[in-house]
Amino acid sequence: MKDFMLLFRQPNYDYTNTSREEMQAIGKKWQDWVGGIAAQGKLVSHGPRLALEGKVLKAGGVITDGPFVEIREMLGSFILVKADSLEDATTLAHGCPAIDADGSVEIRPLFG
Amino acid sequence: MEKESLKHLFQQEFSKMVAVISKSFGLQHIEIAEDIVSETFLQATETWETKGLPQHPTAWLYAVARQKTLYYFRRNKILETKIIPELTIMQEKDQEAQILNFSDENIKDSQLQMLFAICTPAIASEAQIGLALRILCGFGIDEIAEAFLSNKETINKRLFRAKEKLRTEKVQLELPSENEIANRLDNVLHVIYLLFSEGYYSKTQNQILRKDLCIEAMRLALMLTEYGRTNLPKTNALMALMCFHASRFSARQTVENTVILYEHQNTELWDKALINQGLYFLNLSAQGNEISSYHLEAKIAYGHCQKEDTPAKWEEILQLYNQLLLINYSPVVALNRTFALYKANGREVAVIEAEKLKLENNHFYFILLAELYKNVDYEKVKRYLHKAHSLAKTQTEKQGIQEELDKLG
Repeated sequence: MKDFMLLFRQPNYDYTNTSREEMQAIGKKWQDWVGGIAAQGKLVSHGPRLALEGKVLKAGGVITDGPFVEIREMLGSFILVKADSLEDATTLAHGCPAIDADGSVEIRPLFG
Repeated sequence: MEKESLKHLFQQEFSKMVAVISKSFGLQHIEIAEDIVSETFLQATETWETKGLPQHPTAWLYAVARQKTLYYFRRNKILETKIIPELTIMQEKDQEAQILNFSDENIKDSQLQMLFAICTPAIASEAQIGLALRILCGFGIDEIAEAFLSNKETINKRLFRAKEKLRTEKVQLELPSENEIANRLDNVLHVIYLLFSEGYYSKTQNQILRKDLCIEAMRLALMLTEYGRTNLPKTNALMALMCFHASRFSARQTVENTVILYEHQNTELWDKALINQGLYFLNLSAQGNEISSYHLEAKIAYGHCQKEDTPAKWEEILQLYNQLLLINYSPVVALNRTFALYKANGREVAVIEAEKLKLENNHFYFILLAELYKNVDYEKVKRYLHKAHSLAKTQTEKQGIQEELDKLG
């Protein structure tokens, strides 16, 4: 089996108008989904979650606040999984709550 | 004294005496310590049979063991002084005065040090459990063989190799240093956990032996809670976990001795005192930031100690399993997590998730699948139970599955 990184992106991480119950439901969705991958023994590591603020450094020393200007979706977090092939790794990504939030999952094999 | 209680006394004193003698001799002579203690018991059985039980049996045992040890020590010393002339008479006397202190305090210290010595990472875990059963719990070789469903020769070889390792790795009878103790404690806790599991999920049908294994594991963990530097939240979490499990020990066995599923257990047989004891340790474990797998497992076990079969309870258990899987994957945890998923999120979700597990060599996997298709697809239930029956490892399990099949008609 090879290692793959699943990167989660969402257009929106603003939960200020989300009720406590809804937040709990979202949390449960993530936990159940990652738990499902772990139950298959395919979770390599549970990556850290990224905070909302950030900076972008570009050529010529240009620094901008965050990566949010040019890309529609913002990277939220990632996990490492193991799978036999890119197709299998993609199958694991099904059901990811980021997709329910109009986001996406990018599946990338790791070198080595 | 009856034969059973005599056996019990010997088992109890074995670990104390071996620990104290090894402490004086050095761990490399652990086999001599074992021999001396065994000889002491033999002499006790013979003497007590004819002369009756002494007023203080343990004091009698300590006195005889001391005699035998000193005899051996002196004789051996003579040999050594011939070979190693540097050894002065002064040193000999010093050592003699210090050795074999059977005070409660020294017994306790020696046993704790022995626990850490045996749980050295240098020894493979299977050998550690065997050695722990022999040296720390005073089990006989035949009992250990029975617990492992193995034979005496295999166990003897395994123990011999483990002791050899203690020698070659020059493991000392001492507590690890302050900054090392937390690290080494993990291994100690793990061995105790395995010891308990060996009893709780044992392959052997011998109920007394199984209960003994569990009690001994709990006794060792209790010892760790009584010592400041090892009395950490995770130690208490392990203790809580064992109390909760042990509370259901009687309920897990039916009259016919088949292991029964949690759902069919007679809750009246649960030991309420042990559940309360578990709660006491669970509260103590809730300090600090570390959430060990023992914390999660203890909370899950506590959930199973509650009769109420509510969705909220299963939701909590599911999330605990989700967390546990992130720390510690095992097929058993994966299967239990899927059962909790079924109870919390419903059958349809659980079926999809269960089929992804693909634990095709695990009979519990097929028992779970059969459970998920119960009252839904008769043919599938039958097929899965047959599959489970063919994969089951023990007669007890096969019998239990057969009963389920018979119920189907």
